Amino acid sequence: MEYYFYTEKMSVGYGRPLIENMKICLKKGEILTLIGPNGAGKSTVLKSIAKQISLIAGAVYLDRQDIGAMSGTELSKKMAVVMTERLRTELMTCEDVVATGRYPYTGHFGILSKEDRRKVKEAMELVQIPEIADQDFTRISDGQRQRVMLARAICQEPEILLLDEPTSYLDVKYKLEFFSVLQELRKKKRITVIMSIHELDLAEKVSDKILCLNGSYMEKFGTPEEIFRSGYLKELFHISLGSFDEENGSMELEAVQGKPEAFVIAGLGMGRKTYRSLQRKGIPFAAGILFKNDLDYPVAKSLAANVFAAEAFEPVPETVVFMAEKELDLCKTVICCRETFGTLETVNRDLLFYARQAGKEIIMPQALFG
Amino acid sequence: MQRKKKVRRLMAFLLLAAGMMIFFAMNICLGSVEISLPEIVKSMSGQGMDWTKGRILREIRLPRTVAALILGGALALSGYLLQTFFHNPIAGPFVLGISSGAKMMVAAVMVFFMGKTGGLSSVTLILAAFLGAVLSMGFVLIMSRRVEQMSMLVVSGVMIGYICSAATELIVTFAEDADIVNLHNWSRGSFSGMNWDNVKVMAAVTAAAFLAVFFPAKPLGAYELGEAYAKNLGVNIRILRMLMVILSSVLSACVVAYAGPISFVGLAAPHLVKSLLGTAEPVFMIPACFLGGSVFCLFCDLLARNLFAPTEISISTVTAVFGAPVVLWVMVRRRK
Repeated sequence: MEYYFYTEKMSVGYGRPLIENMKICLKKGEILTLIGPNGAGKSTVLKSIAKQISLIAGAVYLDRQDIGAMSGTELSKKMAVVMTERLRTELMTCEDVVATGRYPYTGHFGILSKEDRRKVKEAMELVQIPEIADQDFTRISDGQRQRVMLARAICQEPEILLLDEPTSYLDVKYKLEFFSVLQELRKKKRITVIMSIHELDLAEKVSDKILCLNGSYMEKFGTPEEIFRSGYLKELFHISLGSFDEENGSMELEAVQGKPEAFVIAGLGMGRKTYRSLQRKGIPFAAGILFKNDLDYPVAKSLAANVFAAEAFEPVPETVVFMAEKELDLCKTVICCRETFGTLETVNRDLLFYARQAGKEIIMPQALFG
Repeated sequence: MQRKKKVRRLMAFLLLAAGMMIFFAMNICLGSVEISLPEIVKSMSGQGMDWTKGRILREIRLPRTVAALILGGALALSGYLLQTFFHNPIAGPFVLGISSGAKMMVAAVMVFFMGKTGGLSSVTLILAAFLGAVLSMGFVLIMSRRVEQMSMLVVSGVMIGYICSAATELIVTFAEDADIVNLHNWSRGSFSGMNWDNVKVMAAVTAAAFLAVFFPAKPLGAYELGEAYAKNLGVNIRILRMLMVILSSVLSACVVAYAGPISFVGLAAPHLVKSLLGTAEPVFMIPACFLGGSVFCLFCDLLARNLFAPTEISISTVTAVFGAPVVLWVMVRRRK
């Protein structure tokens, strides 16, 4: 299949090149997300594609047409943008702001036709803002403003949408709805989307392609499956405190360093809250014995000083049990997050028994939370 | 909602038009010699009028009133363009030093060339004023690249205004007495001494400039949203900006060439008109601004002539009294 959008040896930057030789290709209707640390050049790339700043080298093609050669009006019918810059308005209602998206289609004095009005209304309904249509644009919340801006871009009827951090002020409800709208636009109108967002977990879920930028070159361009490999994002974002788990898309703060003071017996995802609670309290702990497919396992790996784990669906090796017992000997307290143990999970029951024998203080996690 | 807005805009235009007619009539009727409206109507229908009154009406009051109407509109339009250009609500030809620059050049041309060639044509004066306006504008543009803050831009405009005024004073000081008789009144701003030839030229220049501003009303509206968005909507920013600079300079130059520097009209009229209209859309703002500036100037000139008659006060004295509070009001409202 033909690529709808592609760049050829594109170099972008303000005056001098920031990122050189970029090659991006997208099919019609694909969603591309730019990710990367602050200052990596996400906005610069978006602005360059939108012709807000001129390319240093190379070219951008839409439907095999060089956008550098397109007239402003021609491009405005194909490409709409939502930038981080605030729209400057005076005495304009939200509806007026949305209606500015019709600009490329109106006549010489910009009078809206009935058809234009209908499209404005449709766009507002799509992002659920009809109730604020008559309010002044300067008096609405940041989240509402982002939705108005999206409606404005939608009623410009573009083939490609450029969005610079479009969800930064949206609460969880509208964030989810925002991405549903994007998917709907893609399904119904085959709109191609290029956007930058900071929510890595959402980026993975909604994108067809992901472009990783790091401030000096294009790190990676590929499908989410290719990008979200274990450990890569920690590297891209130079994460030194805490961790990002690519598999589950969740962030954890940095583990407490030091000799474990508590041993947490968990499993079946029942230990995660306890791990985080201990991390907040600054108590180093050991976690065990977990199967590697357990929901607790990635969290324990991020937060525990020491994790005792075994391959899933395999018997737990004796060495692991032995090491866990040794570790438990050194801990003052044992926290048991489980009330019962599964038939094939006798190791944890034995470990709890071992702790009792050793005279350790055994507490329930509720004691911690209280 | 849409209907309500339409009604409001219509009412605003009707109000401005009515205001203009009322003040126009008052301007030609009131003065040291009172001429009643029935007398004027009668004289228009061919019946004779007192000879002195007729002359006063035809050769003094009418040209002066028409000039106030045209130049008031030109000032307001120039102010509107500057406010839009700089995205700055307190920009205006006087505040940014453009009027003073024009004044300096006109004074220089008057003093240095008038003696040699006798009278000077309107066109020469306008060209000199335009040159001065463009010089000041150029300086303000350079400053606007260096200073980000709105207030600093205005401060730099005020400073260039002072420099130009000082230079004007210097020129006047070394001029011969005969040259400065006219200059003195004019340099403080006044609509007095207009004749029909003046009015013809200023009408032509202002009409051309008005059309040139009205024509790109749509891209101006997009420009108001911010440059990034205007660009995305297909507006050619560079050409539009150039057009705005040239037109605002032409308009304020035209005013200065005939009436000298007049403060606060360009600044206050657009704000008053905007709150009256309830919209900032250029398609409505451009004609309404012109009307608003006309009404404002007609009103102020009426007071300037009649308040302490027979002594005439300078027009800027009156415009400042009514214009400055508007600026304060704008700034207070923006803080909220």
